[in-house]
Amino acid sequence: MSPSSRRTAPRRPRVGVVKFASCDGCQLTVLDLEDDLLAIAERFDIVEFPEATSRRSSGPFDVLLVEGSISTDEQLEELLRLRRETTTLVTIGACATAGGIQAIRNWSDHGRWAATVYPRPELVDSLAFATPVADHVVVDAELRGCPIDPRQLLELLTALVVGRRPQLPDESVCAECKRRGATCVVVASGIACLGPVTRTGCGALCPAYGRGCYGCFGPRGDANVTGLLAGAPGFDDADVAARFAGFTVWAEPFRSVVDAHGGPPGAMPASAPRGSEDPR
Amino acid sequence: MTTTTRRPKTRTFEVAGLTRVEGEGSLRLVVKDGEVVEAHLGIFEAPRYFERLVRGRAPDEVLDIVARICGICPVAYQMSAVHAFEAAAGIEVDPAVRALRRLLYCGEWIESHALHVYFLHAPDFLGYASAIELARDHRVLVERALRLKKAGNHLVSLVGGRPIHPVTVRVGGFYHVPSRSEMTAVRAELTAALDLALETVAVVEGLEPPTFDREPRLVSLRHPTEYPMNDGRIVSTDGLDLSPTDWEDAFREDQVGWSNALQARTHAGEVYLLGPSSRITLAAGQLHPRAAEALARTGLAEEIRRNPFRSIVARAIELVHATAEALDIIDDYRPPERPSVAWTSGPGVGAWATEAPRGLLFHCYELDEVGRVATARIVPPTSQNQAAIEADLSDFAPSVLHLPRDEATHRFEQLIRSYDPCISCATHFLDLRVETRA
Repeated sequence: MSPSSRRTAPRRPRVGVVKFASCDGCQLTVLDLEDDLLAIAERFDIVEFPEATSRRSSGPFDVLLVEGSISTDEQLEELLRLRRETTTLVTIGACATAGGIQAIRNWSDHGRWAATVYPRPELVDSLAFATPVADHVVVDAELRGCPIDPRQLLELLTALVVGRRPQLPDESVCAECKRRGATCVVVASGIACLGPVTRTGCGALCPAYGRGCYGCFGPRGDANVTGLLAGAPGFDDADVAARFAGFTVWAEPFRSVVDAHGGPPGAMPASAPRGSEDPR
Repeated sequence: MTTTTRRPKTRTFEVAGLTRVEGEGSLRLVVKDGEVVEAHLGIFEAPRYFERLVRGRAPDEVLDIVARICGICPVAYQMSAVHAFEAAAGIEVDPAVRALRRLLYCGEWIESHALHVYFLHAPDFLGYASAIELARDHRVLVERALRLKKAGNHLVSLVGGRPIHPVTVRVGGFYHVPSRSEMTAVRAELTAALDLALETVAVVEGLEPPTFDREPRLVSLRHPTEYPMNDGRIVSTDGLDLSPTDWEDAFREDQVGWSNALQARTHAGEVYLLGPSSRITLAAGQLHPRAAEALARTGLAEEIRRNPFRSIVARAIELVHATAEALDIIDDYRPPERPSVAWTSGPGVGAWATEAPRGLLFHCYELDEVGRVATARIVPPTSQNQAAIEADLSDFAPSVLHLPRDEATHRFEQLIRSYDPCISCATHFLDLRVETRA
């Protein structure tokens, strides 16, 4: 359908919700928009959402929400196909936007890694790297978070309906924390916190509850990790690597921090360049 | 959905991707001369290697990581893990902490069961493709579902900070606990939710299930005074009785070529089933009086045990239980003096099982000399149910093979959905294929 015919004959946008390697939590956030779900279903024609409906569509899609990282050959093939069918492709959540927690395996020899979980790893189809969607196809918009924030999802959907850019913040968790009036856990308690380098979206949840941010919305633009590390003496390499090796570990600059501090905990590289070989 | 018939007595049914289940899976059913010769529930969700991901991590980090196994039941993963680590370290938590953890679990049961009953399962009985389509004709029903689910999500947020991947659970207690006034603020919503849960029972008990009668082996936790969630002994309909730390003494896991999940069986090779129907059968005596009364009124306890399609009633009864118990916990709540006890991680082994919405979830962690995870074992309910689901499919298939192919296939899918398989949990996806060979 051409853009001009869309203007003259308004119709509900065809929406798909699909997943790759992930926990289903971000697509569940769509169903968790309890107060707005039925209104959304009136505004959008949800043509593909296997978790919620048995009616299927292979495309085309005006909007496709994509959850999960790309972890198998089949997933990669399917992603390329979906991209061809889609006008606006939106990645939702840390797995799709950054590779997710499973990207920790990217520091390890995949065969040895799989053998620690499966007695017969040869039966399992899995790529050596778990990667974000944007490594493979053009992404038109992204919602960060592990899980995504329902308010941001609603903002995105609203923006799509009225045809404007979604207003998604790129400030740090710290900014939100200050607005919330929460006591700074770093200053008051010496707790390690990724708030200064992490994008907000969670509402500064962890610091407000007295624990350090673990970076589930990923690095904010221009995240000054060097400054953060310089201001946090007393943590050894393993502490720093573990802190950054979270749900957005594969996103720069977090990935480089983990690299510079010996790799994520438990890595089992093919050869052990940094002495981080797991004896097991 | 594709079908190939190679010979007159050979029928093949295939569904290349089950819908209204959590995650990605398939089924392949091969019927030869009217007899099921193969019933495979394929789980092809991409592996994420969680047991490996947690190696080298401190216990508190593990709680955040294992939550990401499942966006629908993150609390279950946090609960089995936190109890395992506390068992390893010999930590006793404050009774108020214990009650709060039950409340958190109640919230998860409510959101998960409400989702399954109305969004995943009820459309099968009522002839709709989804709850969204159901809402066009039965808006009140779907609005009830959304309000119930919201009440569950509010409980998880109240205790855990957010509905998916909550952030407050730590070894020894909580990072943060709600105040009494925050707790009483959700009372009205929960009271309404209890009514919605009772209405749910009234609706789903009237949904006519396909005929299927078998004598299953059921397994769940059982506790002398409480309905099984965080605590109790592992029991079964055939007399098992062991500590939640000793799952490995009774069960084992195997890898099969058609599934990225490991399949569990008893050491004797027998299949068994977990989940709401198992809990109701094995622990009915501990149901909240409101739920026990609702169950008695349906008169369906025996059918819940014998017909898996009746699990929708079991889930509705547990919705009543979870909302009623949540109200009791809120009314009795006094914040713990200290939200968490101080502890130091050291070497040891800790194992525990709790009741996820879909059934018993076993975790076992070995901690190294500095108290980091050396090995982990996580056995989700769906991988334990997988072999029993396949056995049930084999038993059930002959009764629908006379039906038109699409209808028979739909019945198989409906049967699979009645176990609420969580394929993301089981590690992988499910794809339904039915094939008949001469």
